[in-house]
Amino acid sequence: MNEIGLNHILFVSTALFFIGVYGFLTRRNLITMLMSIELILNSVNINFIAFNKYLFSDKLDGLFFTVFIITIAAAEAAVAIAIIINLYRNYKSIDVEDADQMKH
Amino acid sequence: MSASTVIFYIISAVILVGALLAVTARKIFRAAVYLLFSLIGIAGLYFFLNYEFIAAVQIVVYVGGIVVLIIFSIFLTHESGSDMKSPAIGRAIYSGLAAVFAFALTFFIINKTEFYPTQNETLEPSVRNIGLQMLSTTEHGYLLPFEAVSMLLLAAMIGCIVIAIKTRTQTD
Repeated sequence: MNEIGLNHILFVSTALFFIGVYGFLTRRNLITMLMSIELILNSVNINFIAFNKYLFSDKLDGLFFTVFIITIAAAEAAVAIAIIINLYRNYKSIDVEDADQMKH
Repeated sequence: MSASTVIFYIISAVILVGALLAVTARKIFRAAVYLLFSLIGIAGLYFFLNYEFIAAVQIVVYVGGIVVLIIFSIFLTHESGSDMKSPAIGRAIYSGLAAVFAFALTFFIINKTEFYPTQNETLEPSVRNIGLQMLSTTEHGYLLPFEAVSMLLLAAMIGCIVIAIKTRTQTD
């Protein structure tokens, strides 16, 4: 446990964040963009837990932030997938380039 | 190099390789499965840091909930065997360069920053401590965010129902 410092974990979470950003920029499909967002949210969670563990081990605040982020991510995924399926019924496609109208 | 270091590197490799394949795979169903591996790796990282409660929540909510939801929506909206369009080459190059340089800058700053750990006594992240602090109404309690997030979940549930009902009446 002693060899693994905060920087190791921050390396993993930073790499995960920018992998998510890359996916969000390159994908044109709504479901895969949602998956990239999940990766970004998870990297933030890793950061909260790592800071709580290594820097503020007398508190539990990072842990609570992680719990609330996971809850909100679940709500966000549910609403996003409802919207995506609704969009698919109207456009027969979930490509962002095809959804070019707010109204149908 | 001790055993815990080796375990950490294995977990990190699972997370990062899973994430990379999830954002580059051409078949959408495979991307979802790679995402699943990445999320399980993150749960393993929480176990590694001795945050068992968060690891359990991660597995239950992400692996058991969100990924299953994503896979359901893939089956509802795709012929899951078909390949997705590959991104335009220019967009892929510029996005990759932006991500790599932003990563380098961020990690450079992290390496230059000095972190000062607290000297206070460690508070164990046990379920008892988590529950006591989450539902307490004192200064550092989290009762109000807890209630607010329950309202958010209710709103999200009603929102999903409203979105689903609207199209059904329109198509009938």
